[in-house]
Amino acid sequence: MELLSPEKIIDSFKTALGDGFIDAKIYQREVALKKNKFRSIWVEVKQSAFRNAVEHICYLQKYPHLAIISSSDLGSEVELIYHFTIYYGYHLEELSLGLRVKLLKSDLRIPTITDLIPGAIFTERETQEMMGVEVVGIPDKRRLFLPEDFPEGAYPWRKDEKGPPSDMLRVLPGRKQKR
Amino acid sequence: MMLEETKKATYTIPVGPIHPALKEPIRLALTVDGEEIVDVDIFVGHVHRGIEWLGMNRNNPIQSIYVSERICGICNICHPFAFVMAVEHATGITPPPRAEYIRTIIAEMERIHSHLLWAGVAAHEIGFDTIFYLTWRVREEIMDLIEYVTGNRVTKAMFQIGGVRRDITEEQFPRIRQSLDYYKSLFDQLKRVFLDDKTIQMRTKNVGILKKEDALKLLTVGPSGRASGVPKDVRQNQPYAAYADLDIKVTTPDILTGTVVGDVYDRIIVRLLEVKQAIEIIEQCLEKMPPGPILAQPKTALLLKTLTKAEGEGIGRAEAPRGEVVHYVRLEAGQSTLATWKVRAPTYVNLMSAPTILKGMQIADVPIAFASLDPCLSCTNRIVVTDRATGQKSVTDYEELHRLSVEKTRKLQR
Repeated sequence: MELLSPEKIIDSFKTALGDGFIDAKIYQREVALKKNKFRSIWVEVKQSAFRNAVEHICYLQKYPHLAIISSSDLGSEVELIYHFTIYYGYHLEELSLGLRVKLLKSDLRIPTITDLIPGAIFTERETQEMMGVEVVGIPDKRRLFLPEDFPEGAYPWRKDEKGPPSDMLRVLPGRKQKR
Repeated sequence: MMLEETKKATYTIPVGPIHPALKEPIRLALTVDGEEIVDVDIFVGHVHRGIEWLGMNRNNPIQSIYVSERICGICNICHPFAFVMAVEHATGITPPPRAEYIRTIIAEMERIHSHLLWAGVAAHEIGFDTIFYLTWRVREEIMDLIEYVTGNRVTKAMFQIGGVRRDITEEQFPRIRQSLDYYKSLFDQLKRVFLDDKTIQMRTKNVGILKKEDALKLLTVGPSGRASGVPKDVRQNQPYAAYADLDIKVTTPDILTGTVVGDVYDRIIVRLLEVKQAIEIIEQCLEKMPPGPILAQPKTALLLKTLTKAEGEGIGRAEAPRGEVVHYVRLEAGQSTLATWKVRAPTYVNLMSAPTILKGMQIADVPIAFASLDPCLSCTNRIVVTDRATGQKSVTDYEELHRLSVEKTRKLQR
């Protein structure tokens, strides 16, 4: 397997995705005494190009490792970052690759990637129940962490009116109720 | 007609969520056909404490270090380790080199104690309590050393954003080396006890096999993945802290046996070899540790001010005893809490391989096979056995499952 440099990886994303590619940046810092590099890549793609981007990652590395999906409530949209690691097994060569996709709150849908990476199921289920993003085509729709009696339509990580209802939140002494 | 119905009959055995021996609860629903397990379903979330929510809504980033330390009682170094690295990447704070070395030393001490703890539990699961007592007695030495270096046996509170909170001085080196020499002198004995014993071999060889391809697909990390031949170890692949200065190699079972099977026995090999590797890493760190400060910003109030003003995102990865810990952090200027905090613990992904491992096995093998993953939340108290064909219900408990496992060992010993 050929190991591409971070710059070339970004170029390959541009060619593979075309219009679907939005932005990319490389982060690196020197570590400890020998000043070896810790490198990560952050790629942002359009919602429509998301599946192609994951397929492209699978092309760069057979069996890419998906660490987790992180999600942030940015107000009018929800940002999902799929944290991959590629090129493992080589000393100093592994790269963290964050695949960023922003979804409008009016259209919170993302296709499943469990057919490409079966181990994505837990984190997809968690994103679905915690952030209220519908994972289209997910093979197991059940909740993962939340109990069955948790109210429908409330999502703990949301910062808008769909967040956890205020009667579920304990207010600390000396603080005010948030909503 | 009756015969056909009997053939189709399967039992569903819910295992958990409360377990007296292991740390955290989980429920497994095992569907069995006679003694053979045909399907496994996992239920987690019994101890979801909303720790990320606290970091995003209540605590400032420095308070979150201490909360992250309490995510897990055993891995209370690797979580703050990954968390402070994520914040450092987001804010651009660079810890001084001496702090990087101290972090590495503490993390490796944790690995020694965690692997020994696991080895004891594994021996107990197959009814070998003599080895359980021996291993845990041996483990006391590293616990004493951890207390000597950090001041506490469990939650060590060593980490700070931009460094560590306590130094390791020259005067402490002889005491540390004494403990390391103790483990080096014991290593061959431990290896003999765990790897050459006939009973352990019979209970662990070819049991709970996870093939390399399955491990890759199900994202298995840590010793469980490496025992299946997955070359994944952050300390080698994307080294952080002082690991970047050392030449660390992935530990796979073929170093010792020449082949990779991916069974419970291989997982024992990997963990034992990693104890040895951890000792070597600490020794190298003690040798190479540079002088200098241990904190980038010693004044907490100033650090907090920088963090409130900071804007950015970062990812921190650390190799915990059970596998890779990943923390993602996003900071927004003017916000005193974290904007986003996502934690990925190794058991989160390792659990997904449990169905693959347990399918086709006997009920008596469940304790050792499931424990061989070293799950940080674990199983087996009330077991309700339901006979679907007759609707008959019988209730057993963890002791019963354990008894089955011990009985199997005794039978094999005869």
